[in-house]
Amino acid sequence: MATEMQRQTTPEVGGMGHSVKRKEDPRFIRGAGQFIDDLVLPGMLWLDIVRSPYAHATIKSIDASEALKVPGVAAVITGADLEKAGLHWMPTLAGDKQMVLPTHTVMYQSQEVAAVVATSRYAAADGVAAVMVDYEPLEVVVDPHKALLPDAPVLRPDRAADKQNNHIWHWESGDRAAADAGLAAAEHRISEDIYIPRIHVASIETCGCVADWDAIRGQMTLHMTSQAPHVIRTVLALVSGLPEQNIRVKTHDIGGGFGGKVPVYPGYVLAVVASLTTGKPVKWIEDRSENLQADSFARDYHIHAEMGATNAGKITSLKVSTIADHGYTDAAADPSKFPAGLFNVITGSYDFPNAFVEVDGVYTNKPPGGVAYRCSFRVTEAVHAIERMVDILAHDLDIDPAKIRMDNFIQPEQMPYKTPTGWEYDSGDYPRALKLAMDMIGYDDLRKEQAEKRARGELMGIGISSFTEIVGAGPSHDFDIIGLKMFDSCEIRVHPTGKVLARIGVQTQGQGHETTFAQIIAEELGFPVADIKIEYGDTDTAPYGLGTYASRSTPVAGAATAMAARKIKEKARHLAAHLLEANPDDLVWTNGKWSVKGSPDRSKTIQEIAFAAYTNHPQGMEPGLEAVDYYDPPNLTFPFGSYICVVDIDKGTGQVTVRRFVAVDDCGNIINPMIVDGQIHGGLTMGFAPSLLESMTYDENGNNLAGTFMDYLLPTAVETPAWELGKTTTPSPHHPIGAKGVGESATVGAPPAIANAVVDALWHLGVRNIDIPLTPQKIWAILREKGVTA
Amino acid sequence: MESVALVVNGVARTVEVEPRRLLVQLIREDLGLTGTHVGCDTSQCGACTVHMDGVAVKSCTVLAVQADGSSVTTIEGMAPEGGLHPLQAAFWEKHGLQCGFCTPGMIMTAADLLASDTDPDDDAIRHALEGNFCRCTGYHNIVAAIREAANKMQVGAATSAEGAPR
Ligand code: FES
Ligand code: FES
Repeated sequence: MATEMQRQTTPEVGGMGHSVKRKEDPRFIRGAGQFIDDLVLPGMLWLDIVRSPYAHATIKSIDASEALKVPGVAAVITGADLEKAGLHWMPTLAGDKQMVLPTHTVMYQSQEVAAVVATSRYAAADGVAAVMVDYEPLEVVVDPHKALLPDAPVLRPDRAADKQNNHIWHWESGDRAAADAGLAAAEHRISEDIYIPRIHVASIETCGCVADWDAIRGQMTLHMTSQAPHVIRTVLALVSGLPEQNIRVKTHDIGGGFGGKVPVYPGYVLAVVASLTTGKPVKWIEDRSENLQADSFARDYHIHAEMGATNAGKITSLKVSTIADHGYTDAAADPSKFPAGLFNVITGSYDFPNAFVEVDGVYTNKPPGGVAYRCSFRVTEAVHAIERMVDILAHDLDIDPAKIRMDNFIQPEQMPYKTPTGWEYDSGDYPRALKLAMDMIGYDDLRKEQAEKRARGELMGIGISSFTEIVGAGPSHDFDIIGLKMFDSCEIRVHPTGKVLARIGVQTQGQGHETTFAQIIAEELGFPVADIKIEYGDTDTAPYGLGTYASRSTPVAGAATAMAARKIKEKARHLAAHLLEANPDDLVWTNGKWSVKGSPDRSKTIQEIAFAAYTNHPQGMEPGLEAVDYYDPPNLTFPFGSYICVVDIDKGTGQVTVRRFVAVDDCGNIINPMIVDGQIHGGLTMGFAPSLLESMTYDENGNNLAGTFMDYLLPTAVETPAWELGKTTTPSPHHPIGAKGVGESATVGAPPAIANAVVDALWHLGVRNIDIPLTPQKIWAILREKGVTA
Repeated sequence: MESVALVVNGVARTVEVEPRRLLVQLIREDLGLTGTHVGCDTSQCGACTVHMDGVAVKSCTVLAVQADGSSVTTIEGMAPEGGLHPLQAAFWEKHGLQCGFCTPGMIMTAADLLASDTDPDDDAIRHALEGNFCRCTGYHNIVAAIREAANKMQVGAATSAEGAPR
């Protein structure tokens, strides 16, 4: 059962559970952050990129002669130049390959075609405008279903002879026969097609880098926007042949990541090549339009789901097949064994015996797809499917959507719970979270209000999402990225004066690690947060780690931090025993000191012990007070929550307004409540965005129809609702501090709550499903079709 | 090249620029004031917001030559060295930032709002921010921070009015 954590430290120390003000903020509020485009090195050149106007075309010729005449232009790099060094293709993190620059064929609109290096941002842009490229357009494949037809053009002829088609891989999980039998025997059966569109993370800072080659020292320093700097260093060593100790990746401050800064984009590689060839530092910074048109995308899942149940609403079986549109290459950052990510968490918060899920990856003439959008490896897709299906089932059987969830939930006493697709949920109390959300929003009264409004012809809907997340990748027996096991790390050094420097293998893109990781150490060792400095993002100094995405920082590196601190605490015990002339086994730890059992005034504070570690350690013991931990988690963590959304729909315009949104989250023990709330606010807004506004669409020629912020609609403060948050706390039993991770829960959980609310408002008109985004145009057309007028 | 003379954060500066150069690049690259950020190329995100002659402008949408003769305030000029403007303090206090990339623009836009409306309600604050994107915070705590700053500034104004010589 859930036990809530009590605060163990004073506010001055600021351990777990304190809303400590962020240590990183003083620089950001003064405009003194160090973002990539702020970095200027002596003699630095600028790199800009020529991009394809066509989605699929043969490059007949590239003429750089005019560009080379532009004042300030130093070099033009083409695919042919890279081919000589074998650098025109590079591996993706998903084990596919991707062009750095094409030698023959462009595969999507805005693909990189050539790079211009010049003495200023403007000169580079002038050079780009002067590069003449002659293209011959080819047949474009936009629709992944058509890509699978036998007569579709083969988009990747570079693949093996037995793979001359557009099918990338097939992946499945669960028991097909059992799911089929479950469906056949079901009293009630539903089936639905659900499309989750292509969306883009659009962090407000775009991607960029400064590559700095020092030929004399043989040293490459790559300053870049990366969520996973160590992985980048290793990949760069493998691809370039430079020795790994001579490659240093530094991230500085990063203006939002959300998954978009995990992949390696051609621009980074081009800057490295340009620095190697010119011997100068080279800066590449994307424009927003380039970022929206060419960087990796999320979602683009065409889901077909079937569910079986009893007439009383007990789910018995689920079967899901999905077409995953990956664009022209699989550049996702999924762990190797999981090409469809953790999509098989699709059985959600519900207890039923039979499930089968299969996914087929497909190539099309679009930019690489399949990265996250604030989501741990395809979990949003899974949650959307199961939560929509449960809601459709409820409406079909005329059972209240809250009741059907309560009736099907995995119960707290069933934890740890083994799902039919093989996951072991660590802990959870789903009924408690839904009950709290219902109480907070006044569920029964809302249903009454809805009935009254419906009688008057007004459109109001209530939607629920009771999601289960799966984060913290991951245990080394199953989780690796290009072979690198997904552990993470922390190194702690306690200085003689009792001040602490800790370095972590994960990165921050706004999560506040400088504060929360200090709080973990404060909790474990009793040093005040103010005395602890956290560093990350420099591969020369930080211990190796796999980086920050998939909500893995707290579950994995947070665990490593606690474990490293415990190693220090244990050494401190022996130092204290020496100082107190006591037996180490007779000492007890309380509030940052070791004391002799039964005589609390015989004690040594952690600061006194730290000093002794350098000035008065016992003979035979290593001096110093440092520890490092590489943490290989025993399992993933499973945060969860219940969200309830109330919408009103304008019959005249089709506009959906989110009137209220209550979000009850359970992310286990909480390090900093203020930061957790902030993560949930942001996550909810990135769940709201694709539900109502964002979608990246293409015409039949592969032209991107939402390639700038004019057409790709980010929510502003005006549309975004004021969020109402609630909490339950169910610690993770296997995590050293009982935490689970929270950065993505809300993005994962929010969309079906909104979609369910909108369909709930329209169900009586005969509407079963509407794919997100629920734009006014879409809703207006449905209302007119159903004969509803203002 | 054109010569642009302007006052930035109280200091007179003269910069030689190409006529096509944007004010944001003059600020960031010629003057090295990198607190003003660039987040888009279509005038939508507001990360580049500064004050020009006391009014919030998107500095990516102003040519440097248009700023000739003007007085510009950037995030770096919002408070004396080492101090904090009430908005900066409130963003910190209320957790109105995460990655911090949108923050300077948010603070500059908010300062413009509070100059004309000392007591805005949440709705007014949200509408004032319609030209500023934030991808991290969901705006929730940004709104709270601006409200907090407005409260503090009103109290501050009342106190200094009381203390003023009659
Ligand atoms: S950079 Fe000026 S509005 Fe986006
Ligand atoms: S704090 Fe990251 S964009 Fe606003």
